[in-house]
Amino acid sequence: MLLNRKYVPVLVTFALFALMFIAGSFRYTGFFSLQVLMNLLVDNSFLIITAVGMTFVILSGGIDLSVGSVIALTTMVSASLVQNLGWPPVVVIPLVLVMGSVFGYIMGAIIHYFKIQPFIVTLAGMFLARGLCYVISINTITIDNAFYTKVAQTKIPLPGNSFISISVLIALIVVAAAIYIAHYTRFGRTVYALGGSEQSALLMGLPVAQTKIMVYTLSGFCSALAGVVFTFYMLSGYGLHAVGLELDTIAAVVIGGTLLTGGVGFIAGTFFGVLIQGVIQTIISFEGTLSSWWTKIVIGLLLFVFILLQRVLSARKATTIKA
Amino acid sequence: MSEPQALLQMRGIHKVFPGVKALTNVDFRLFPGEVHALMGENGAGKSTLIKVMTGVYSIDEGSVAMEGHPISIHSPLESQSAGISTVYQEVNLCTNLTVAENIFIGREPRKFGRIRWKEMNQRAEALLKERLNLHIDVTQPLHFYSVAIQQLIAIARALNISAKVLILDEPTSSLDRNEVGQLFRIIRKLKSEGLAILFVTHFLDQVYEISDRITILRNGELIGEYMAKDLSRIDLVSKMIGKELNLLEELPKSAESKKFANQEVMVEASGLGRKGSIEPFNLKIHKGEVVGLAGLLGSGRTETARLFFGADKADQGGLTVHGAGQGVHSPREAIDRGIAFCSENRKTEGIIDDLTIRENIILALQATRGWFNRIPRKKQDEIADEYIKALNINPKNPEHLIKNLSGGNQQKVLLARWLLTNPKLLILDEPTRGIDVGAKAEIQKLVLNLSQQGMSFLFISSELEEVARVSDRIAVLRDRRKVKEIQEEEISQQEIMQAIAGG
Repeated sequence: MLLNRKYVPVLVTFALFALMFIAGSFRYTGFFSLQVLMNLLVDNSFLIITAVGMTFVILSGGIDLSVGSVIALTTMVSASLVQNLGWPPVVVIPLVLVMGSVFGYIMGAIIHYFKIQPFIVTLAGMFLARGLCYVISINTITIDNAFYTKVAQTKIPLPGNSFISISVLIALIVVAAAIYIAHYTRFGRTVYALGGSEQSALLMGLPVAQTKIMVYTLSGFCSALAGVVFTFYMLSGYGLHAVGLELDTIAAVVIGGTLLTGGVGFIAGTFFGVLIQGVIQTIISFEGTLSSWWTKIVIGLLLFVFILLQRVLSARKATTIKA
Repeated sequence: MSEPQALLQMRGIHKVFPGVKALTNVDFRLFPGEVHALMGENGAGKSTLIKVMTGVYSIDEGSVAMEGHPISIHSPLESQSAGISTVYQEVNLCTNLTVAENIFIGREPRKFGRIRWKEMNQRAEALLKERLNLHIDVTQPLHFYSVAIQQLIAIARALNISAKVLILDEPTSSLDRNEVGQLFRIIRKLKSEGLAILFVTHFLDQVYEISDRITILRNGELIGEYMAKDLSRIDLVSKMIGKELNLLEELPKSAESKKFANQEVMVEASGLGRKGSIEPFNLKIHKGEVVGLAGLLGSGRTETARLFFGADKADQGGLTVHGAGQGVHSPREAIDRGIAFCSENRKTEGIIDDLTIRENIILALQATRGWFNRIPRKKQDEIADEYIKALNINPKNPEHLIKNLSGGNQQKVLLARWLLTNPKLLILDEPTRGIDVGAKAEIQKLVLNLSQQGMSFLFISSELEEVARVSDRIAVLRDRRKVKEIQEEEISQQEIMQAIAGG
């Protein structure tokens, strides 16, 4: 074998992204610029962060439906503490991060110790977090705190007259850290093993319980961090923020080549999975006449294609076992 | 006593599952530098004892000591750190990870918490080369390799733990002759290095070939511990079964010349084949005939069976079922035409864990009747009772969950399921794999009885002796090709072996 076949889905994702970007560049004037590319990151940094956490969950063979609601709750708690109670951001941000992690930890513990499907536990988590938003307020809380507005408006200049935001920096750090965790730490490898076969992982003496709970804790943390970034992006807290985001996130992970059954996939794939969604949105906004719902249609079609692709690849895998 | 101190000593072990006493007051010892065979019928408590040792189950009562120090084992991890590693019958590795990772995961070489892939790959390669004489690319995912190689990798993983005790649970059931030889060389080497090895198998030959000491369990109780050289085969078998019987010899061979050539043909394959799984072949199965399929692992036995059942689509030739038309394109069609298939993967393709014995038996019959035409409960109970009795299924309670049954009994339930549909042809793929001598003989007997009543069989087994005993005619496969048909009067193990070996 030349290159491992396991890289094929990621390469396909990357190629698809490149192809779409090039196609857009030929079709629309002004599309081909570094800033358009950077804007993909600027507009999707929270989605990247969430999808990274989700990738770990899906790699482990689970699913986390609570991410969108946790983002909303984070924006809401941040906004009310900073705006209504006047707490300093240095306190609020760590606090919401801990809150998100604890939320994930509890879901993970319930999933593991009571052996309940992640789908149903995180669905409950989704309703719970969304509901809690409205306990705080049913209205939007706009933030005019100096720190938040400063972070939101800061532009980090890049060559070629382009810029990125602080949020992009955070997202890129998260991606880099996640790649390291996934491939160079025991925790990361155990996540893959868990997704491959939980029974085997247990019999190999791997820390299954700890890893499983950590995966949901990590996803909770990522969602909360995405919530912080989202707060910078929107400068408000609102119970209707990030509705349905969990599905966009799952779509990004799957388009990125991660198998929903677990055990196979890459963080880098997820990264490009998010960017593909971004590029579709950009193309549609450049087109001008199309409704933004076209994004959903294209993503839906792409999902089908990727699921089929994975099926074809894993079918071919099965025939090589004869060896 | 002049005996050396036991490395692992278990005393008075009790383990109870809901409704089943799995182990009652069992003592067990393992000595360094010895291969110890653990023998017993299905349901004797072998698996439970092993799972207790490996920390999958915790004991209800009793004590475990390692090198004289009492230890308590509550998880596989604790068992491993106590120096006990295990290779299971079904390969318990993660096929999505690379070979090297499967050997090292949990113990990867690290520097400041960072996994050193290069070092890990090199060490894995060296380990496989030096100790198992296996030259493969360790950076490929495990699913890339055959089950036999996966098994060797599982052993490599166990070797890599600085284990004092190595448990091999049915390691040979999916290996071919060469691989078994290779495995035994490794076992002898490890033994000479002072490892205590616990070896579980159903192959008596292998027990005598490799073990020094034998412990026998029956019904969760200890029957005794013997030196292998002091225990004759007959004694071993009778102690395992618990009664003096020569089941294996007394099977009535239906040799009273059933002249099948004159019998009507039940199923006929002509030019049936599928690219990559089996080359086109012809095979006739007459009414009441048992046709054996012999061949090495990977010679295409299961693939042939799957073609007969329509589980794989043939791309050449066709299948005629007597009086029921041409072609079998799906399992559904096969069932309609009176073909039933008992898969070799009992666990994954056969039983449904969380249903009761009764529900598992009823399943196929219910399916043929359609889901809206429910079999009345009273009828279900009658059927279940009848088959439990006829096939001697243990426990007798039809409401017992099937997952708590031993392998042999699960197999009988599966047989019952298909017998109930009254098939014309029953395909049995390794029906006796991993089950004990007694149950094996019972199943073989059942096949013979049913064939005398006119049912046809396609019987697949990797045990030559078994194929030779049961079959009226044997088709021999080699390298995914049917190479020979051995007629009734010529059947012998030597004959089959020659055909398999070729030349």
